[in-house]
Amino acid sequence: MDKIWLVIQREYLSRVKKKSFLLATLLTPLIFPAIMGIFVWIALEEKGNQSLRIIEVVDESKLFFLESSEQYAFSFSDRDPEEAKDLVKKGDRYGYLLIPAINLKDPQGIVYYGNENPNMSLISYLESNLKKKIEEQRLFEAGIDPKIITDVRTSVDIKSITLDQKGGEKVSDATVNYAIGFLAGILIYMFIFIYGTQIMQGVIEEKSSRIVEILVSSLRPFQLMLGKIIGIAGVGLTQLLIWIVLIGTLTTLVTGYLGMQMPQEQAMELANMEVGAELPSTEMGEILQVIQGIDFVSIVSTFVFYFLGGYLLYGALFAGIGSAVDAPSDAQQFMLPVTVPLIVAYMGLFVFVLQDPNSTTSFWLSVVPLTSPIAMMGRISYGVPFWELALSMSLLILGFLGTTWFAGRIYRIGILMHGTKPSYKTIWKWLKSSH
Amino acid sequence: MMLETRKLNKTYGQNIALTDLDLKVPNGIIFGLLGPNGAGKSTFIRIINQIIDADSGQVLIDGMELSPKHISQIGYLPEERGLYKKMKVWDQMLYFARLKGLSKSEAKERIHRWLSKMEMLTWRDKKIEDLSKGMAQKVQFISTILHNPPLLILDEPFSGFDPVNAGIIKDEILELKKQGTTVILSTHRMESVELLCDQVALINQSRKILDGTIRAVKNSFRPEVYSVSLEHLKKDIPAEWSAKVVDGVWSFTLPLSGKSPNQLLGELMTYGEIVRFEELVPSMEEIFIHQVKSMQHG
Repeated sequence: MDKIWLVIQREYLSRVKKKSFLLATLLTPLIFPAIMGIFVWIALEEKGNQSLRIIEVVDESKLFFLESSEQYAFSFSDRDPEEAKDLVKKGDRYGYLLIPAINLKDPQGIVYYGNENPNMSLISYLESNLKKKIEEQRLFEAGIDPKIITDVRTSVDIKSITLDQKGGEKVSDATVNYAIGFLAGILIYMFIFIYGTQIMQGVIEEKSSRIVEILVSSLRPFQLMLGKIIGIAGVGLTQLLIWIVLIGTLTTLVTGYLGMQMPQEQAMELANMEVGAELPSTEMGEILQVIQGIDFVSIVSTFVFYFLGGYLLYGALFAGIGSAVDAPSDAQQFMLPVTVPLIVAYMGLFVFVLQDPNSTTSFWLSVVPLTSPIAMMGRISYGVPFWELALSMSLLILGFLGTTWFAGRIYRIGILMHGTKPSYKTIWKWLKSSH
Repeated sequence: MMLETRKLNKTYGQNIALTDLDLKVPNGIIFGLLGPNGAGKSTFIRIINQIIDADSGQVLIDGMELSPKHISQIGYLPEERGLYKKMKVWDQMLYFARLKGLSKSEAKERIHRWLSKMEMLTWRDKKIEDLSKGMAQKVQFISTILHNPPLLILDEPFSGFDPVNAGIIKDEILELKKQGTTVILSTHRMESVELLCDQVALINQSRKILDGTIRAVKNSFRPEVYSVSLEHLKKDIPAEWSAKVVDGVWSFTLPLSGKSPNQLLGELMTYGEIVRFEELVPSMEEIFIHQVKSMQHG
């Protein structure tokens, strides 16, 4: 036990002390906001720099009027098509839109000419505008005032309340639950891959540099493997903890700063813009209510459980693979059995679990140990019956005990084998051999 | 510490690594373990280090069955050296010493003592990857003996050292022997065997071919042939001795052919004046090569 502890310490400290760890830990939470910031900045910059693009419109039926926007101006004329095309070619016009006299019931033959490939936003802008105009025109022809339609348009918002067994009522919201499941699932998926790979590389380093020969003369291979897996888990948890603290403080600081900077009105306006003008205070309150309704303690504790459980389960397999090969490039052929269930879980999270958390497929995905760490996170915020959670958790514990035993048997032989490229067959032999 | 193995067997699938290996390594000697590559030496060493288990047979240490408690009493320097490249000298030594069961304070004190003895204190915070190969080898050697193991297993301890450092390591090994450490030395370098070892065992194709003190081994391979030089001949030398003459000195080799050396010498004195009369003793290297080759052909 003492020796495992020594290995854990070394594996942990040698990674946490690295400058690259500090850098990655501090920078990763900033990467996404930074990328978003850069995109927004570029978009704003582009908008500011762009000269107004003029589009020649030849409307043969004279039915349409397109409003100019900040980016595009529309010039209506009766020019000959060839003449209009020439204007585009010469660069006097950005594009040329030809609307022939069309049958409103089946509008065909509208063409856009341009020098460059038109961007999606322009085309969809034109399409939606024309569509609106055609619809209005047809309503008008049918004798209906388009205003009535605008009047009739209603927005429906269902407030959903979950009844729990004790008879309590809880406001829930599919979007919030979706977001929680989505984030937690992805986080576990990434963690397993990133740190699993670190385990594998660590094992390969010890094996190829022959340190392992000295190590296993001092402790049992199984202790060495376990120490490495646990030590690296500690690194991951540390990173997660730093991120939580960092993001928490940053958010508080930023919101606090914005709150100070903005005059009251403007802040209100901003809030309204985000939430939608009609229901400013009530909707905000509802979201708060939903968030309050979520049992964060149970979500966080199950998250930590599946986070660790999934990592341990796959970590052992990564260690087993690392022990079987001499170099990371040889590891590819054995990665398949590890990556396939992970990807199945990941895809299953989006295709099944988040769509319908209570379907049969979702149930099985969240119970089978290889997929449960990711799939269960998609269900957890919707509430999972106790027995299902208990089943899934105990199977996960059994699962990681199983993979650890399995990997341990490969590991104890693999780490001492040099220069042979093992196949699945030889690994199967190692698995069965007594020593 | 005394090591004894009885009928040790080990196979890997189709490959036989050890066959009924009986060895006796007495306390406080340097024991040379000889044999060509693939003979089974590494397997033997791994079994003693409890890295792998024998299929059958016994390993006794001071008369007791080998068990995990012996791990802290064995020091092992593998042939393929290995250190964490990114780790500092000091941390590396501390890690290995503590894995062998030393307390933190004890380990630190001993590392300090060894580093200053080897004049390496300035290297303590250097990473292994920044050291020369010889330096790294020294770090490895010290790491092996930090926990004062009564049994030391050294696999090719001199490879990678320049002659000066090889000399330092040799002196350290002799010093450890003086303090009572039993040393098992596995090597191909026969000159270091003759210089250091008290006893040897030769392993080939998974079996022990011969063992004993260097003297006994050599004696058993005496061809009983003498190299003789004579001058001032009193009578003609038989032609079948096919002697060569250089500056009036006649040199040839002569088997004892059942006589005692003194009888042979007496006989030779009748031919002239004896300049040289020396038994042709084979070197360990010659015995080694001869034995291995004769097995290949036989």
